[in-house]
Amino acid sequence: MTRFQKALALGAGLLCLLALFLPYGRVDAAQSSILSFPAVLAFLMAGVISLARFRLTLSYVADGILAVAGAVVLMGSLAMIDLAAPGFWCVLIATWLFAWLFAERLSTGIAKGTTPNQAGFLVPAMFGTAILVVWEAVTRGGGVPTILLPAPSGIWDQLINSVPVLAADFYQTFIKAVLTGYVMGCAAGFAVAIAIDRSPFLKRGLLPLGNFVSALPLIGIAPIMVMWFGFDWQSKAAVVVVMTFFPMLVNTISGLNASGEMERDLMRTYASSYWQTLGKLRLPAAAPFIFNALKINSTLALIGAIVAEFFGTPIVGMGFRISSEIGKLNVEMVWAEIAVAALAGSAFYGVMALLERAVTFWHPSVRSGRA
Amino acid sequence: MMRPLIEGKTLPVLIVSAALIIIWYCASIGMNWQRQIDTYNRTDVVGWSTSELLYDVLNQKKPLLPTPHQVAGEFWNTTIGQAVTSKRSLVYHGWITLSATLLGFVFGTLFGISLAVLIVHSAAMDRSLMPWIIASQTVPILAIAPMVVVVLNAVGVSGLIPKALISTYLSFFPVVVGMVKGLRSPEGIQLDLMHTYSASKFQTFWKLRWPTALPYLFTSMKIGVAASLVGAIVAELPAGGGSGLGARLLAGSYYGQTVQIWSALVTAALLAGALIFCVSAVERLTNLSMGARA
Repeated sequence: MTRFQKALALGAGLLCLLALFLPYGRVDAAQSSILSFPAVLAFLMAGVISLARFRLTLSYVADGILAVAGAVVLMGSLAMIDLAAPGFWCVLIATWLFAWLFAERLSTGIAKGTTPNQAGFLVPAMFGTAILVVWEAVTRGGGVPTILLPAPSGIWDQLINSVPVLAADFYQTFIKAVLTGYVMGCAAGFAVAIAIDRSPFLKRGLLPLGNFVSALPLIGIAPIMVMWFGFDWQSKAAVVVVMTFFPMLVNTISGLNASGEMERDLMRTYASSYWQTLGKLRLPAAAPFIFNALKINSTLALIGAIVAEFFGTPIVGMGFRISSEIGKLNVEMVWAEIAVAALAGSAFYGVMALLERAVTFWHPSVRSGRA
Repeated sequence: MMRPLIEGKTLPVLIVSAALIIIWYCASIGMNWQRQIDTYNRTDVVGWSTSELLYDVLNQKKPLLPTPHQVAGEFWNTTIGQAVTSKRSLVYHGWITLSATLLGFVFGTLFGISLAVLIVHSAAMDRSLMPWIIASQTVPILAIAPMVVVVLNAVGVSGLIPKALISTYLSFFPVVVGMVKGLRSPEGIQLDLMHTYSASKFQTFWKLRWPTALPYLFTSMKIGVAASLVGAIVAELPAGGGSGLGARLLAGSYYGQTVQIWSALVTAALLAGALIFCVSAVERLTNLSMGARA
């Protein structure tokens, strides 16, 4: 173990030892000692015993198990206490340290080749879970007001209980506005790029302008689009079209210039026509750029549609729900809506990334397995 | 004299811009035409000539699409024509937005650089943080901008900080990704050389990794500063009657003041352009001081 890992291990073990002597939580206005929580006590014992690693060898798997056990007993004990006391926080920090130690040792193992590479996904998974556990423990144990930050469990309950509302919002915003606008905007950007491809003059004129416009806060056109196209999804789709058009235009233009002089010469020696060169050489060479735009646009489209709904909408839609529920300070519903948006955004991005891998399988970034 | 103009970028950009302005005029005539005739019919104006109609179409009070000269006029009136401290001055609103943007941008850049340094120096950090940082950007985070502002307001934090927070969130990502790439860009042979000098980790960082990463940093900062401006504008939306370009947009859309919306948009565009220009200027200065040829 490195010095840093030893420090982590020592810290985790000592915190477990310390927690044994501290009040664990407040139950019915009285501090309750650790002895009333047998599961926590067992975890702390195991944590203290883990200090034996300075004499014996202890596998990193043990650290992983300790981290998971810590998370489980913490979550289990949350229902039994009203408010957390110092002992609770010690257990939380010790659990975090065990998880960190596990991640450190696993990463070192993978780097040295002693641990199979496939185990690598455990580290980000552990990190994500750890964030959720800390979030839950701090909000419920620390008595954070729901308005400031609701607990993940509360958000989950809200999500489960309002599926029909969320589904209607999702349908209105994502299926109608985002997808329509995304397809139209990307197709238009692509078509314009192809159309001006034969004129170097127009390309030189449009590329800097397109680059500049992509950097502008285009989202600001939302009120204008609402004025032109009405409150329903058409105006949101229009915002999405404008926002997705420029990244697609700029990326396609740069992509069409990406094929090498040599390959183009080869096509010329084959006496291939403009369209043959375009279809067989330049478009495939432009694919990484085009997919880059598709991925950027997948996030932009969702943002555009949601923000456009802040400027006026029928009484359904993700942006409408967020702004109206926040007005009622119903924060859990807002977070549930955000969870849906996050899921939709990640899935949309993920689909584009998978498509990219399938289409540009020849590209070095895909072949080496790190896209 | 003419050849470099035609083969360079200046002339094409100018001509394309001119074409866009002409298209804009045609579009606003097309969109406002019918409404003007309706107004004539409603107010019993008879015997109007085509030139009168054209003049009125180009100078409507609340047009569907204002003409460029209307926007420019409104922009002029609300910047030069107003005292800077006036609530009607775009300079005042622009400054409110700009201060939140800059604060958020500085925090975002610093945060992004520190994260990148951690990620480059620790395999565990790389594995645990990187996937989540990328995932964090597929989340339409702007959607929670109003909530962050309202919630922070409820606990007594208002003004600059909530807006700057949104800007920070939006601008840290390009910096992390760019800097991780940049700090990793020294080649093995260069790192080996530092190793033979028995350079410490810090020396390797300061004398090799950091200078190599600077071009990446500036590219990311240009993206980050634009994102930061978007964040500040959207964060101003829930502050309905407040100040800032976002509030100006919202007020304009409530009262149908299209000219006001467009001039706020133009201000935002100018701000974005100026911010990117500033970053480029700093980039050029840094390159010069590091010995790059001009």
